[in-house]
Amino acid sequence: MRTAYAIIALLLAVMHAHATEIPQAQRRSGYSFMSPDSKAMQDDDTSNPGMLWVLDGEAIWNKPVGTANKACADCHGDATASMRGVAARYPAFDEALGRPVDLEQRINLCRTERQQAPALDYESHDLLALTAFIAHQSRGMPIAPVGDPQLAPFLAKGRELFMQRQGQLNLACANCHDDDWDKHLAGSAITQGQPTGYPMYRLEWQTLGSLSRRLRGCITGIRAQAFSYGSPELVELELYLMSRAAGMPVETPAVRP
Amino acid sequence: MQSFDRSTRRHFLKASGSAALAGAVSRVTLRPAHATPAMLNSAIRNLVGEAPLRTGKVKLDIPPLVENGNTVPMTVSVTSPMTADDYVKSIHVFNEKNPQPYIGNFYLGPAAGRAQVATRIRLADSQKVVAIAQMSDGSFWSASVDVVVTLAACTEEL
Amino acid sequence: MASALINVPKRAKRGDVVEIRVLTSHIMEPGYRRTAAGDVIPRNIITSFTCRYNGSEIFRADLFPAISANPYLSFFTTATESGTFDFEWIGDNGFSQTASAPITVE
Repeated sequence: MRTAYAIIALLLAVMHAHATEIPQAQRRSGYSFMSPDSKAMQDDDTSNPGMLWVLDGEAIWNKPVGTANKACADCHGDATASMRGVAARYPAFDEALGRPVDLEQRINLCRTERQQAPALDYESHDLLALTAFIAHQSRGMPIAPVGDPQLAPFLAKGRELFMQRQGQLNLACANCHDDDWDKHLAGSAITQGQPTGYPMYRLEWQTLGSLSRRLRGCITGIRAQAFSYGSPELVELELYLMSRAAGMPVETPAVRP
Repeated sequence: MQSFDRSTRRHFLKASGSAALAGAVSRVTLRPAHATPAMLNSAIRNLVGEAPLRTGKVKLDIPPLVENGNTVPMTVSVTSPMTADDYVKSIHVFNEKNPQPYIGNFYLGPAAGRAQVATRIRLADSQKVVAIAQMSDGSFWSASVDVVVTLAACTEEL
Repeated sequence: MASALINVPKRAKRGDVVEIRVLTSHIMEPGYRRTAAGDVIPRNIITSFTCRYNGSEIFRADLFPAISANPYLSFFTTATESGTFDFEWIGDNGFSQTASAPITVE
């Protein structure tokens, strides 16, 4: 019965999705909307500030922590091999929790359960560095379509969140990022909102930040109440965004204005 | 909520005025929120003194329309043979409307081979940026660019 | 976080003019931002960068709050002999960081 429900939900999600989603051939990364100078900043690993976090993340990967005194490397070995492709298929379903988790949450689950170390705070330097290091291992790989049937109801929920009007301005994500991309808002191009390079170095923040931070900033910006870090809504939205970006290459760490 | 350092002086004075009436605010310091062309001129004067400031030799490369004023790529290059007798001693960059007129001073020498420095700067508003090179013979050369700076469309909570 | 990204060519011919690029992490707090409560966040910036080539200073920079966070610098030098480039960043609150990179000059 649950399988039937899942299949129906998946079919509905897929059918609905085709109605308004940007077709594969027209999907454009935020990179393509940037000035040549910003693109140059991202392209060169020795001048991309996001790489500073990737380097730090590598150090953290190799450092034993917690009462278990284990480093990520102790179980996962060389990240260039073991973490390759991981970020391209996250958020992923966590069996124990019965819901999807994003990469940051997966890292913290590993830390608390396996390394017996305290969880890292959202947007903390260490969590960003580790997430950036891991996601960087998928750079160049296409974002995987969300195929896991267990994710179907969460994907549908994420899509609903993307489509729902909210806040004082009564705007849905879709209004700008599906309907009005490439038009301009206060002098800047509206992008499609594709999450291809997270965690990313945002010039506005002058630091690296997660997709959650960007979503919260956007939702606050349209004068709606942003979801809290780690909330299921943010993960569902991230799941939908990744599904909407399927096929696009991972760029972590991206640079964006 | 508009962040404090983006208010204009008028907005600030109005806010502090009405708050004072309500007796809600304690002493408030009034300081210009940004540098003025006068501050820029006096900073340049401090460097150059009474020597003539010539235009030329210096090329200041900044995108005329900037995506984000927090991180603006800037390259300054100076035409010079860069020999032991004829080289660029230093390059000084100033701005017009940031809280301070100084951006950076860069000290070279004949060993540099090429008088070119690049960095990333902050520009608080659309304004003029001035680069001045001091040569080994003591002469000063300058170039300036007017840059348009737009703000991000959506502000974030701190 | 004390990391820097250095880009120096590993090898060069004597007399070549080579580009050196450095990027280091630092918040470069300008001293003009305020918290939501209205208190000024004190200035905390890198104030000076120096590059030495086999011990001799070849480039120096005074940095001000107008330099972006995670300061990036690119400059040039003439490759004269094999050896080491030493980089030093100094800043507010006793900030001090060094890095180095070798070069082989033939």
